[in-house]
Amino acid sequence: MTAAPVETSPKSSSERGKLARARLLRSLLPALSLVLVLLAIAWLNPRAISYFGFSLMLNLAIPIALATIAQMFVIAGNELDLSIGTFVGFVGCVTATWLKDAPLVGVVILLASIGVYALLGALIYLRNLPSIVVTLGMSFVWQGLAILILPKPGGKAPDWLLSLMAFKPPFVPFPIIAALLIAAVVYFGLMRTSYGVILRGSGGNAAALERAGWSLLRTKIVLFALAGLFGVLSGMALIGITTSADANIGNGYTLLSIAGVILGGGEFVGGRVSPIGAVIGALTLALAASPLLTFMHIPPDWQVAANGAILIIVLAARVLISRRER
Amino acid sequence: MKKLLVLSALAAMLASGTALADTSDKKIAFSNNYAGNSWRQAMLDSYAIVTKKAVADGVVAAADIFTTADKEVPTQAAQVQNLILQGYDAIVINAASPDALNGAIKQACDAGIVVVSFDGIVTEPCAYRVVVDFKDMGKQEVEQMAKFQPKGGNLLEIRGLAGTSIDDAIHAGILEGVAAHPEFKIVGSVTGDWDQTTAQKAVATILPSLPEIVGVVDQGGDGYGAAQAFAAAGKPRPTIIMGNRQDELQWWKEQKDKDGYQTWSASIAPGVSSLAFWVAQQVLDGRTDIPHDLLVPYLAFTQDDFEAALPKIPKGGVASHEYTQEDAIAAIKANIK
Repeated sequence: MTAAPVETSPKSSSERGKLARARLLRSLLPALSLVLVLLAIAWLNPRAISYFGFSLMLNLAIPIALATIAQMFVIAGNELDLSIGTFVGFVGCVTATWLKDAPLVGVVILLASIGVYALLGALIYLRNLPSIVVTLGMSFVWQGLAILILPKPGGKAPDWLLSLMAFKPPFVPFPIIAALLIAAVVYFGLMRTSYGVILRGSGGNAAALERAGWSLLRTKIVLFALAGLFGVLSGMALIGITTSADANIGNGYTLLSIAGVILGGGEFVGGRVSPIGAVIGALTLALAASPLLTFMHIPPDWQVAANGAILIIVLAARVLISRRER
Repeated sequence: MKKLLVLSALAAMLASGTALADTSDKKIAFSNNYAGNSWRQAMLDSYAIVTKKAVADGVVAAADIFTTADKEVPTQAAQVQNLILQGYDAIVINAASPDALNGAIKQACDAGIVVVSFDGIVTEPCAYRVVVDFKDMGKQEVEQMAKFQPKGGNLLEIRGLAGTSIDDAIHAGILEGVAAHPEFKIVGSVTGDWDQTTAQKAVATILPSLPEIVGVVDQGGDGYGAAQAFAAAGKPRPTIIMGNRQDELQWWKEQKDKDGYQTWSASIAPGVSSLAFWVAQQVLDGRTDIPHDLLVPYLAFTQDDFEAALPKIPKGGVASHEYTQEDAIAAIKANIK
């Protein structure tokens, strides 16, 4: 007991302080970049900073945030999900067709698709397959099923979903409340419960977990099932906003969700993820990619390239800061 | 000197009277979901030419073009929402999906914004749709064929991209035309995807199994490929309806110079974007009698006028036409019954 303070030399404590500062910076970075993007938008178009403005700009960020959370669960287990985009599209097609016309069948299909995700987790663990290969294959399966369900764009979202997504609470726009709710629920579940620690541990130190008697198969299944669950929520939220579906509607979400997790302070390996960061990352990406770009009045020939450039800049800032930590 | 300037400015204002209506403070945005092929490039060019002049003339305050980075629906939906926030008075849109953007379109309408869709139209009732009469185009193909091949005979049909409304409409028109001209019979049908290479392959595959063909009815972008397939197979050259592409008209000209070959060419002009712009301007001008579904004519070339148009089409491009305000007013008038 008494020996402990002696061992801590002044040098290592200052180093520890530096590390703590870098950690703090890293956890603040997602919020910082969001504030930066918001400031830029406020400067370019003050009209956007209003109840109406936030409702419009952020409502399409909700499905992105949900897809990012789904991706985050997969990344927490050191895997990558390349099928989340087409899965969201598939869920969208089910939502706009079955869920409206035959709600019971729709619910069964959606639950079954979460089951498929859980099975994928089991398959990846048991056969020791690279998740990139399995999920890339699945992305074509989901896309194919979506086209089967809805060969031509169309369908209609169920009325309860439409009214939910169009909900206008007093004072605070709905998308902000939804984002806070998603972040809080997932933060509590993954960061504050003991099983959440196990789940993250499966990505951080799988060998230690296994030796301690935890089933890695079970953690993998749970992580993938959670990804499936949030994928379903994302697809439903998206259709609630767009009102009708298209088989290709979610394709862009795969890369957006990965970028969102990384921007939000997550790492590809080691089970280091942050739910709050991921939600903020998703909001930042959604704002930086579209409203910011539209408000900047870039000539049409350059708009596509500018979109990519903004993504690179935002992600590069994140990498620069996390490097200081090492 | 100064007085002269003022006077001439006044005269100019009087002369262009109607153009200086109360839309001079209005801003119109163009939401485009894809720019990756020659047709879309021509569409953007035509739009830029017409709107630049309109802004310079003070007809509207601004006409900005926004292209999304991908062909995705959510990206364009977000773009439309941002345009609402920017306070545009009207949005001209070539939409990624006929249905899936309706949520955003409705929000725009609710914010008092005029939405005019064309080419990729939206089904939301509050928006305007500028639609080319593809069905009539298909029917007209057979009518023209009857002129060149009065004795009738066997026809080969080349279809467009499967599952699109455009392919559906042109095909229906062709069937209607054949019903009115029983001397023609469609003996074969292939899918050409509006693409010369695809069409050439498809026609080459089916040709050996077909009887003698007198004519090819198609959808544009496939005529030159069909001609190549017939030549490669050593079959007699039929009357091939063209689709306003540069390579098609060039081939037509070569054949005409050789032996007076006759045919007809039609397609949707990419410049229909400029027509949509003028429709938006007319709605902003306070006109309330404009129907929400506007059927507009396609762009056709005949034996007499195609050679004049040919030099103006860029290599690998497609013939376009920039519409004027008068064109739009005439088109609107034709749709009010």
